[in-house]
Amino acid sequence: MTPKRRRLWLLIGSLSVLGVAAALVLTALNDNLVFFYSPTQLAEKTIAPDRRFRLGGLVEQGSVKKEGQIVRFTVTDTNKTVKVVYSGILPDLFREGQGVIAEGSLGADGVFAAREILAKHDENYMPPEVAKALKDSGQWKERK
Amino acid sequence: MADLHFLANPARFRRFSQRVLPGLGFATVLMLGVGLYMAFFVAPADYQQGQTVRIMFVHVPSAWLSMGGYALLAVLGASLLVWRHPLAALMARAAAPVGASFAAVCLLTGSLWGRPMWGTYWVWDARLTSMLLLFFLYLGHIALSRAYDDSGRGDRAAAILALVGVINLPIIKFSVDWWNTLHQPASVTRLDAPAIHNSILVPLLWMAVSLLFLFVWLVLLRTETEIDRRRLEVADQTQ
Repeated sequence: MTPKRRRLWLLIGSLSVLGVAAALVLTALNDNLVFFYSPTQLAEKTIAPDRRFRLGGLVEQGSVKKEGQIVRFTVTDTNKTVKVVYSGILPDLFREGQGVIAEGSLGADGVFAAREILAKHDENYMPPEVAKALKDSGQWKERK
Repeated sequence: MADLHFLANPARFRRFSQRVLPGLGFATVLMLGVGLYMAFFVAPADYQQGQTVRIMFVHVPSAWLSMGGYALLAVLGASLLVWRHPLAALMARAAAPVGASFAAVCLLTGSLWGRPMWGTYWVWDARLTSMLLLFFLYLGHIALSRAYDDSGRGDRAAAILALVGVINLPIIKFSVDWWNTLHQPASVTRLDAPAIHNSILVPLLWMAVSLLFLFVWLVLLRTETEIDRRRLEVADQTQ
């Protein structure tokens, strides 16, 4: 084997080992790499009442109620839902049917007390006229 | 004589780059001018984001180029370590700061977009964190390649870092699919049709090509400079 071939195989070998190692580490850390839990994931877990975590999903249609500074709404992933209460300023993109991520903790009553609300943007980009036309013609697809 | 032989291939490269650089520079300025005009004046506002969508025309191509630039560093690193290609080390030194700049632009524009849209400048989700890691890998590459008095040792150390860091590229790309992230999933580079209306997609792709021209132009120009610098060093040593 020429030195060039030896170096090439050494390189391919070490990169494969490194790749496997990275894949194993990422799989092991899977749970910690998740930025938020969906309501379904939350239902499968038992999380201590005081532990802070993030909850993500869609703001359920018709669920937003404002009482002064306090906002109450329901986060859904169309499978399970979680009630959320929040006091503070909401981001621009926060609206019903829109993705949202709330950081806070579960209260004893099962209501998620949010300390911070982030709006999640989807991957769709279009001019307003197109969005309106899609809605008018009934071709608008709500996200899952 | 060995030093002169080492310069043989870069010299050929230099003749080539001097031929294409003026035309490439002219094309870059022209493309970028048209691209920026489309991005700011022709493309419509988004139905949800309003005018803020225009940040994407710089943000997304910068992200692509910073990842492509790192892939280039890895290919150059491999050709240095395996085939001892004399030009590879010089081009890696030239490309790393350019790629790092695109990564920085991507992070900064994304942060400025995140504040009004998400409600925060920064979160530690998988996409943003892996992108920040890419920026640090670039900085590490730049520092490592200049860390030794013997530039050849620095080049080889940096080449190893470039190859190790390549693991991060698929992590960046698929972070939005593998884990829950605040960052939205891919709109353009996916198997079904892009989720971007043509009136926004065309300026985006135009900007991507313009910035690719800018990237290639800068890397060729800087590689030329590195060749000249190396020649001067060799000349100094042989005096």
